[in-house]
Amino acid sequence: MEKLIVSSSPHIHAKATTQSIMRDVLIALSPATVAGIVLFGWRALLIVCVCVATAILSEFLFNLIVKKKQTVSDLSAAVTGLLLGLSLPTTATVWHCIVGSVFAIIVVKCLFGGIGCNFANPAVTARVMLFIAFAGSIGGGAATKFAEITAGATPLELIKTGESYKLPELLDMFLGNRSGSIGETCAIALILGFVYLVIRRVISWHTPVIFVATVFVLSVLITNDPTVALYEVLSGGLLIGAIFMATDYVTTPINKYGKMIFALGCGLITVLIRFWGSYPEGVSFAILIMNILSPYIEKLCTRIPFGKEKRTK
Amino acid sequence: MFGFKLLGNTRIPHHKNTADMQPVRMAPPKEVLLPMAQHIGAPATPIVKVGDEVKVGQLIAEASGHVSAPIYASVSGKVTKLDSYLRHDGRTVPAIRIESDGLMTPADNIAPPTVTDLDSLIEAIEASGLVGLGGAGFPTAVKFDAIKEGKIDTVVLNGAECEPYITSDARAMIDRSGLMREGIELLKKFVPEIKKYIFGIESNKQASIDELKRVFADDGAVEIKVLPSLYPQGAEKILVHNTTGRVIPAGKLPAEVGVVILNVTTLATLANYVKTGMPLVEKCITVDGSAIKHPKNVICPIGTSIRDVLDFVDGERDEPGKVIFGGPMTGFPAYSLDEPIVKNTNAITVLTKKDAKEREATACIHCGRCVEACPLNLVPTAFTKALDIENVDERMARLEEYSIMLCMECGCCSFVCPANRPLIQNNRMAKNSLREYNSHRAKLK
Repeated sequence: MEKLIVSSSPHIHAKATTQSIMRDVLIALSPATVAGIVLFGWRALLIVCVCVATAILSEFLFNLIVKKKQTVSDLSAAVTGLLLGLSLPTTATVWHCIVGSVFAIIVVKCLFGGIGCNFANPAVTARVMLFIAFAGSIGGGAATKFAEITAGATPLELIKTGESYKLPELLDMFLGNRSGSIGETCAIALILGFVYLVIRRVISWHTPVIFVATVFVLSVLITNDPTVALYEVLSGGLLIGAIFMATDYVTTPINKYGKMIFALGCGLITVLIRFWGSYPEGVSFAILIMNILSPYIEKLCTRIPFGKEKRTK
Repeated sequence: MFGFKLLGNTRIPHHKNTADMQPVRMAPPKEVLLPMAQHIGAPATPIVKVGDEVKVGQLIAEASGHVSAPIYASVSGKVTKLDSYLRHDGRTVPAIRIESDGLMTPADNIAPPTVTDLDSLIEAIEASGLVGLGGAGFPTAVKFDAIKEGKIDTVVLNGAECEPYITSDARAMIDRSGLMREGIELLKKFVPEIKKYIFGIESNKQASIDELKRVFADDGAVEIKVLPSLYPQGAEKILVHNTTGRVIPAGKLPAEVGVVILNVTTLATLANYVKTGMPLVEKCITVDGSAIKHPKNVICPIGTSIRDVLDFVDGERDEPGKVIFGGPMTGFPAYSLDEPIVKNTNAITVLTKKDAKEREATACIHCGRCVEACPLNLVPTAFTKALDIENVDERMARLEEYSIMLCMECGCCSFVCPANRPLIQNNRMAKNSLREYNSHRAKLK
């Protein structure tokens, strides 16, 4: 008698797994990581490595201590660590990296139940925490190796303080030769990652494009100057935030229209903070605020089931 | 091109390896097992006893009531046992075991039925034992209730065959296209209210599309609609919407919008019965899957065991890990190779041990793939969350609110889930518990 497996349909399965999705995100982040190391030097590599290692180790130890099944192999902790590392400037010390990664993984992710249960993006929250707690040392950005001036004022700070004449060339902005965090400056590398994620169907183009477009359009309307608006788009953490943080599955609405509203809200809040807030940069705050609103947006955007007249209450 | 947005967007593998293979008829097996429930509805009542000699096409069990179907001997030989058969749904039903004499002698009383009007056509369909051959197994004659009431203006012929591997319908549209034309002529003659006949066929079956276009070239009432090869085109609500643009209201049947769906093979079998009088005693099935090295389309007597079919098709097959009645998206697994082919079996899919291995479920990462994949706009993750609510009334209210009963278990959500969540299983459980809850409440009132 053959032993046959009896289980529920469907009996076949799409290829994507949580691990393969996270691996794709890591691959998509690699151009920006390489660019960051080229632009900011070996210290960038050190920071990224410390963040990734601490993140993975934190999750491993947490699961060990609370006797949960190990989830390190799904690579989500590595993604969080890498994203955090890339959103720090090279002025960050090893201690900043360790504190940030432990906070991201233990406080924001694991204490809420681990992967899939956190309500805010761990990397974004940790970055905001470090940004506020250590504003003096890692508030702004570090200058690249190729910058003529070593002062680390970021383009956004320059715009905010009215020193626009000190802004780098647009080409430098695209290539990433400007002050800022490790992974956020090289627009071309980030866009490469975006294209990869869309081709691999890990994310849809809607969130990043709507987020960036909202910032661009509002900036044009406010400044009446498309060039400044372009600087706004290429500055700060907008691209890395829009492509890699605002597309996080767990902390954004599950439905397509919800994702669009989420992106629109992110763009709006970013612009509000950048132009009228006391901080030069608002991407992380915008994503964090929209993370909190995400369940409500999701609920509003639920599609009406096929064949039902209207929403049941 | 269609004027409205088509439903269904899940890309699944096609594996239509047998599309070019004409069905081969296998020699009669030594023995057949004919369960009394091969359809939706009441099991048929046996009218033979152990030791009776039977011939092919001889009535051995009568329909019990309106929603039921008669069963005929599929081989000639001797009744050896009034057995029982455990179905995949957990019901144990009576079954008749017949030892074949290998001669396949047809019964003496096989003669074309006299069909003069709609009533006699329906009677003939009832007598033929015909059920929906696409998979559901709904007695075909019962579908004609709505036609008789004059509610139907369109017949949709389901040739979508959206499951991987299966090509038995695709073959029928090529090899039995003449019978399909005869079937439609019959309906036209006796049901003039029906104005339109639409074949819905997925674009991956070009040969079938070409053949039907040729056969019905001069027929203005017949339309061949090419559907995108995106799962699940063959599902009732999706098919009706994508062929006619009509939306079946939640909880209603296609008749509500003036449509009856017939599977293409059902249509051909119906025409064949009216022409020859031979009831439903054999099936053409596709035998394929990752464990099968030489896939085939096989015509075998109903009641043949899976083992006999597999031995005929492929002696070099890999050791099976999972054997599925139907396709891998919605088919149900066999627990033994001794289970019989029944009326609504259209394929046997055999997966290797490696492909059949259960995948471990991990935490939901909220990626939204299931929400995007659901062709009926349901939110699978919401059902799972609702099932966790402790208070029964609240749980049921929530499931109702999210329209769990709409779920047709097409499998898209489970198929795309990267965390291998048991979404379909949850939905089935939720549907059953809500059904029980509601019937219990109705009793209390």
